[in-house]
Order: sequence, then structure tokens, then C-alpha cells
Amino acid sequence: MLQIKNLHASVEDKEILKGINLEVKAGEIHAIMGPNGAGKSTLSSVIAGNEAFEVTEGDIILEGEELGELAPEERAHKGVFLSFQYPVEIPGVSVTNFMKTAINESRKAQGMEEMPASEMLKKIKEKAELLEIDRKFLSRSLNEGFSGGEKKRNEIFQMAMLEPKLAILDETDSGLDIDALRIVANGVNKLKSKDNAIIVITHYQRLLEYIVPDFVHVLHDGKIVKTGGKELALELEEKGYDWIKSSVEK
Amino acid sequence: MSKYTEEDLKKELETKEYEYGFYTDIEADTLPIGLNEDIVRAISAKKGEPEWMTEWRLEAFRIWESMVEPEWANVRYEKPDFQAISYYSAPKTKPKLDSLDEVDPELLDTFNKLGISIEEQKRLSGVAMDIVMDSVSVATTFKATLAERGIIFCSISEAIKNHPELVKKYLGSVVPQTDNFYAALNSAVFSDGSFCYIPKGVRCPMELSTYFRINQAGTGQFERTLVIADEGSYVSYLEGCTAPSRDENQLHAAVVELIAMDDAEIKYSTVQNWFPGDSSGKGGVFNFVTKRGLCEKNAKISWTQVETGSAVTWKYPSCILKGDNSIGEFYSIAVTNNFQQADTGTKMIHLGKNTRSTIISKGISAGKSQNSYRGLVQVGPRAENARNFSQCDSLLMGNECGAHTFPYIEAKHPTAQIEHEATTSKIGEDQIFYCNQRGIPTEKAIALIVNGFSKEVLNKLPMEFAVEAQKLLEISLEGSVG
Repeated sequence: MLQIKNLHASVEDKEILKGINLEVKAGEIHAIMGPNGAGKSTLSSVIAGNEAFEVTEGDIILEGEELGELAPEERAHKGVFLSFQYPVEIPGVSVTNFMKTAINESRKAQGMEEMPASEMLKKIKEKAELLEIDRKFLSRSLNEGFSGGEKKRNEIFQMAMLEPKLAILDETDSGLDIDALRIVANGVNKLKSKDNAIIVITHYQRLLEYIVPDFVHVLHDGKIVKTGGKELALELEEKGYDWIKSSVEK
Repeated sequence: MSKYTEEDLKKELETKEYEYGFYTDIEADTLPIGLNEDIVRAISAKKGEPEWMTEWRLEAFRIWESMVEPEWANVRYEKPDFQAISYYSAPKTKPKLDSLDEVDPELLDTFNKLGISIEEQKRLSGVAMDIVMDSVSVATTFKATLAERGIIFCSISEAIKNHPELVKKYLGSVVPQTDNFYAALNSAVFSDGSFCYIPKGVRCPMELSTYFRINQAGTGQFERTLVIADEGSYVSYLEGCTAPSRDENQLHAAVVELIAMDDAEIKYSTVQNWFPGDSSGKGGVFNFVTKRGLCEKNAKISWTQVETGSAVTWKYPSCILKGDNSIGEFYSIAVTNNFQQADTGTKMIHLGKNTRSTIISKGISAGKSQNSYRGLVQVGPRAENARNFSQCDSLLMGNECGAHTFPYIEAKHPTAQIEHEATTSKIGEDQIFYCNQRGIPTEKAIALIVNGFSKEVLNKLPMEFAVEAQKLLEISLEGSVG
């Protein structure tokens, strides 16, 4: 599904990613952990095509296709989804209207007709139920006045609506209380299938109790320094990131 | 892949050209340029007006001569040379038409280019239109339906001939000849416009609509609109304009007077898209408009406007809340791009008890434009329990435009409650990236954000107008793509 080869990226001439290699297959869940400043969020932004970052070397390949030259919306049309760590507010644009626009723009890019209203409504209803979202919530302005938990739940709702091939969840657990965490994680688990893949970016092991990864990667100073199974997350939690730092420096 | 920056966004905005830039070649009957008493008399004579009307015009002309052009607005422009303008131009076709078949086909073609097919409008939306093109009404529809209910909807010229008692009584009653420089000028030389009277207790069954066009090179357009809603009646009036491209500045100085008698309601909606000048700031319409409504007891007047055009705009649709319990509303979206300048807002004059007013103003500035909100909320000494709520929001695109707010508040009664809220925001790259990530291209993202920002006002427009207005916002702000 996704292959990242020797990826280097910088922002304002400062190199953040220093040669990332990663392969994610359909049906897999990968967790990327690491201390602050390791480059976790940069990696997700670069995959999504955020033009604030410059890719200086390496390739990002989705289903055999190089993404490097594609605009963010084109990557989205190919099935890349990013659940933002800090979702932005768009006043006056309801969640429903935003989703309708997003879905129809993707369909347009694929040469399809707009989704019929009845189908759209059915889908919204179904996905809202999946994430235990109140229908009233959907007519509110996007992220405006949302609590931290509501914002994250809304991100996963959008993921459910857009049905991406590759979903990157950037610090989805931050700002969530335990109940919201459970709902969000349940949602993600239900959305998981043998045909899609999920990358979970997180600081803590907590989320991984609910979304169980097949692989855990530790990112440190722009490189993946350790890869293991789900037990690696527990080990990290126990020993702290200093353990990684010191083992890398040895 | 190049980085999409604010610079690119700005460039895209700059390349937006006037979509409706074409010129209709219709033979016109134009008076020599310049303005004096003889010209005023000639205009009146050409229109076959009665003596009292000629005298009213001359009185206005003498007042205008003694006035100086106002300079307090936050706009910079080269003042028009009033002696270099031709004050009358009428299409040289048959003077009176009964059906669309008789309308000059070239004129119909113009409307088709604008996407305003009269037939379609008639058939689909049930809108009766009095089309004003270069100063003379050429077609009026749905007259019969309206007449059944006693509603008068015609050109102001016809009203002067056929309903002199109403015109005499109300013309200048809300905006007197002495009101201001441009109102005085309009009173002296107004070419045509619309007249509407809704009898007591009648609810007008359709939206009344007028499309204005400026078409003749170097012709000032001076529209005069008078809407009278008698006791307990209701009318929704739509006014929409587009104008062809022109190299020289064109002056537009309209006057609109609304009279809402006891328990009556008038809803007046405008979509304004006069030629704003090209991307270097050349050309464009000067729009100096006086719009005012008078509310008697329990009456309500609601102004809704979407302003995207004109090089310079100077416009303050206002309400005089004379009667107790009367209500005034002002909902506005003003978009400026390139070198456009807009100084627009409202005046809410609370005279009666328990009068209420609401002001929602949304300003969107792009390019090198300047967008000002200027509003007055005045509470008179007898206006017990007057209430006002004002909200002025500005949205900026790029770093070279300006948004300004000039709220004036004068309260002369201790029970007055006046609230004013203001915000300024900017379309952020993070908002655009967020939309991009969900598959929404940048242009669509800007349109979405702008529509969201303007939603409270768009929602106040009648349905078919709202769609048109949304399209206009997109055209006004998007790049040349699409």
C-alpha cells in the first residue's frame, strides 16, 4: 500500500526527516512513537502533501504511484487521509456541508456524478451512529467552539465518511478523556479492513491499548531507530524515551 | 510541486476579470453633455412629464448647484466632471412594449449573456420584472396578476403620469431634494426607475424584481425607486445589477425611498455587480447611492445587500424607525478586490418607543482594495426601550488590502440598549490545507470559507437570489480558473 524510501524533508532549510524508510501493507496498523521534536507530525504532513515542508530526497509511493508531484487534494482523491492534531475552525461551514463538498470534489476528480442527497444523508446517519455523534452536532460550524474531544471525534467521523485507503491519525488521543478515547478507538477499529491501512502517530501507549498495532516504530531525530511488535510500545512506556536515545547514541 | 503561498492566492485574485464585460450596440437617443436648467427641462419634456414634476426637478437642480460634493467618506477617486456627463439616454426602440417579442433582440441577447433569461426567470421563479436598461423601462411582466390585487408595479415615469397623487405625496418624503449632493442631483435628473404600491392589507404574491443595467458610454445613470407599502401590507423587492466593461468611470447616483405604513413590511434585497474597474484599477462605476426607508407603527423594513462591484461605493441603506415598535434590519456583504473602494453601512434612527434594529455587516477585502463599514445608531429622546445589535465582521485576503470600521452611536434616552461586536479575520493557509487534505481544491476552499463567513447574510436573501449571490461571490474572489 504505502512505501516510503529514504525520505528527507526540511522546513525553512532545517532538516527534520533524515531518511525514513517504511512499508505499510493493506490491512495493517502501524504505530509511530517518539519524543517531541522527533519528526512525527512532519512525517504525516509530508505524506499528506503540506507544501510548508520541502521534500529534499526520497520517495513516497502509494499503491505503486509516486505522490511527490501531487497536490494535497490529489493525494486525498487517491485515498490519503490525515486526522489532524489541531483541526482548524471554518466558521459558517457546517460539518455536513463540508463533508458533502469533500465527497463530491473527490467524486468529481474521479469523473463521477455528485452523490445523490438521499445516499449522502443515509451515509451521514450511519457514520454518525458509528461514532456516537449527535445529529445536531453535524449542523454546527466546523470545529468552531468544539471541545478537544469533539474535534477528534469529528476527524474520525470525516475518516468514516471519506473511507480512505491510508489513514494517518496524528496524536488523535491528545485532548481525549477516557470515554471519548474509547469511542474514537472503537470507530477506528470498525473502519479497519483488509483493504485499508492505518498509521497511528502517538506519544503514549494508552491509545494502543484500544487500537492494537501490528508494528510499532520509534522515531528519533528524523529516523526510525527501532521497529517491533505491539510489545515495543509497552517497553517504551516502561523505560521512557531516554532508553531509546541512549541506545541510539551507544 | 510548487508551494502555494499567499502570493499565489493574491495573484489568482488579481487575475479575476470582469465576467460580464461586453457592450450592447443599441441605437440610443442621447442628450448633449452638461447640466443646466435647460437640460433639466429637456429631460422632463422628453419624458412628457407634467408641470409640477418639471418644477420639482428644477427646485432640486437649484439646491444641487448650491451644494458641494462630500469628502468625508474613506474613499479616494478623481471627482467626476458633472458638466462632461450626458444626463439622458434612452434606447431608440418603440416607446412601449406589450410583450417580450417586441423587445430588441440584441437587448434580450445581452440578458442571455448575463445568464438572466427573462423567459426562464418568468417561468421558473414567478418573478415579475420591470427591466431598466439605460434609463427607460422596456418590458414589464405579470402586471395582470398584480393588478388583480390592486398592486401597482411600473416605471416611475408611468407612475408620474398615471398615479400623480401617490408620487406627489411620497416622492422626496424620505429622501428630500436637500438631503445630500447626490440625492439632489438625482432628484434633478433622474431618468427612470421603479414604482411600487401595495394596497392596505395585501400581501404581494411574488418577489418584485428589477434588473438595472448601465449601457451607454459616458451616460450617468440616475435611478429613482419608490416603494410604498400601505397599512398591513407586505412586499419583497429584489434589485440586481450587472454592467458592461467601460474604460471611463461611470457615475451611478440612485435614490431609493421606502415607505412602510402601520403594520407593513418591506424586504428590499440587492445584488450589485457594477463593473469594478480592471485589475490595474482603471475604469469602473462610481456608485453613490442614497437608500432610506421610513417605518410607521409596528412596521418593518429589512435591507439585504450583496455588493461585489463598482470602483467606488458610497452607500448606506437606512431606516427611520418613526413609529412605536417598528423594526429596522440591515444585512450586508461587501466584497472588494483589486483597487475597489467601498464605504458602506447603514443608519438606524430610532425615534419611536420599543424600536429595534439589527445590523449584520460582512466585509471581504482582497487585492489592494479598501473596505469600510460606516454605521450610525441614533436613539432619539422619545425612543424609550430602543434596542440595537450590530455585528461587523471583516475577512482579509492577502497583505495589501484594508478593512475599516467606523461605528457611530448617539443615544439620547437612558433606556437604550446598544450592542456592537466586531471581528477581523484572515483566510489562513492552514484552513486551505485542511480543505485540500479533504480533497477540496484551493479555489473551492476559498469559496467555501467565504460563503461560510457570509452565511448569516446569504440566508436572508430569497432563495433564487441567494444562489446567484453565492455564484457572484465566487466569481468576485476566485482566480481565472473555472
